[in-house]
Amino acid sequence: MDSFLQQLYNGLSLGAIYALIALGYTMVYGILRFINFAHGEIFMVGAYVAYFLAGWFLPDGAASSWLMFLLILMLSMAICALLGIGIEWTVYRPLRNRPRLTVLITAIGVSLFLQYGGQTFIGADPKAFPKILGDPVQVNMGPVTTNNLELLVLVITLILMFALRFFVMKTKLGKAMRAVSHNIQASSLMGINNDQVIAVTFAVGSALAAAGGVLYAMNYPTIDPLMGLLPGLKAFVAAVLGGIGNIPGAALGGLILGVVETFAAGSVVSDYKDAIAFGLLVLLLLFRPGGLLGKATVEKV
Amino acid sequence: MLDVANIKVKYGQIEALHDVSISVPEGKIVTLIGANGAGKTTLLRSLSGLLPLSNGKVELHGEDITREKPHRRVARGLAHVPEGRMVFANLSIAENLEMGAFLRKDKDGISKDLAYVYELFPRLEERKRQQAGTLSGGEQQMLAIGRALMSAPQCLMLDEPSLGIAPILTRIIFDKIVEINQERKLTILLVEQNVNLALEISSFGYVIETGNILFEGSSQDLRNDPRVREAYMGG
Repeated sequence: MDSFLQQLYNGLSLGAIYALIALGYTMVYGILRFINFAHGEIFMVGAYVAYFLAGWFLPDGAASSWLMFLLILMLSMAICALLGIGIEWTVYRPLRNRPRLTVLITAIGVSLFLQYGGQTFIGADPKAFPKILGDPVQVNMGPVTTNNLELLVLVITLILMFALRFFVMKTKLGKAMRAVSHNIQASSLMGINNDQVIAVTFAVGSALAAAGGVLYAMNYPTIDPLMGLLPGLKAFVAAVLGGIGNIPGAALGGLILGVVETFAAGSVVSDYKDAIAFGLLVLLLLFRPGGLLGKATVEKV
Repeated sequence: MLDVANIKVKYGQIEALHDVSISVPEGKIVTLIGANGAGKTTLLRSLSGLLPLSNGKVELHGEDITREKPHRRVARGLAHVPEGRMVFANLSIAENLEMGAFLRKDKDGISKDLAYVYELFPRLEERKRQQAGTLSGGEQQMLAIGRALMSAPQCLMLDEPSLGIAPILTRIIFDKIVEINQERKLTILLVEQNVNLALEISSFGYVIETGNILFEGSSQDLRNDPRVREAYMGG
């Protein structure tokens, strides 16, 4: 039982990272109906931005602090938000009225560009991520043993998810986002500037992925330009699992995927942990093609 | 108020509107009638900017809006209740109405207009927390009209408000259109297939067929015109 709870906790902690990335996939899909395959690379860039900021703010010997951590996290999120807007503006916007396949292939191109651009300019070798909050401190919560950095992943993820939910459900811009996602022509007839809402969507999604990248890097001590590949892919799976286009679905899908993967890794079939995660997706989609929370929307005509 | 001169619209190689000119004077209800596929919806969609023109000019209040994006036209006072209503099914009724007022900053004006819309269509207020997707077709039409009114438009374009709606609700909605026109001095361009009703509440009408305006005249004259009676009013 104790090891069950421990595994569950570890799974949630991993799943929280997937969830943060998956939210960006699902938000962009919800509005533009295409999979932004470059999204996993934003996660990587987020980690690198934090890496350089930490090197800059915290030269050797400087004391690490929570304030510094929050500053680095927020700056990384802000810079990646701008990057997301920039990519949308320069690459996707000119293709707005082209076939979706064209946009999809372009997204893969952007993804490769960021991966190999990173290798060229930063170097392909893994870099040790600075200890922004010092060495991890063990924390015992009943049967579950963890450390402060792992806990931080869960806490920050929860805060960001609640903030996102508030933004989408309660603010005027968030409501406009839902309106655009439901019917992009009707929204323009309300006076909503669709391009603006799309830019905001990319900014928010990219900021969340950046937060995921920073938190991930703090727990897995090295970063490299290809680090976004597998988490990006899994987050995409998580988004589909939860029902692509559905925001709570992406969060749920991420958590479930993290838990399943962790249990698989701890079982006799640990070599197949990724295959099990993807197999789960196939199985689920056989029975619920729309994903867990996605539903075939029925509209009255 | 709304002046449309010589517009052409193409879908790929096919020209859907050939050379259409209409004029909607301030404070009037003008109707555009015609059969399915005549180009009525195409015309409205091009006026609100959803479809690009290949030729022609659109003026609102004497200002050229031909090249304006749809959301800019809303800012200038043009509202469009689209065919099929297009309410935001995933938003509540209150949120739909809030989206209608997206560009407005005058809080007092917004709450006044909200009260007006709820007074006009009390059903909307009763169900304001409900998702718009749960409404019946007629209620969705009320919501679509209310939502358009929330932008405080000067000119309202309605695309077949009677489509797929029970006759009794159609009657109510048409009465409300007249009420809006009279109380708010709102200029209205009404596209309809229900020719009887459309000519009853409008002062002027255009008959459109296969992308051309066939003839035009006061609604009174059109109602007595044998060509209109035969083609659109069942003889």
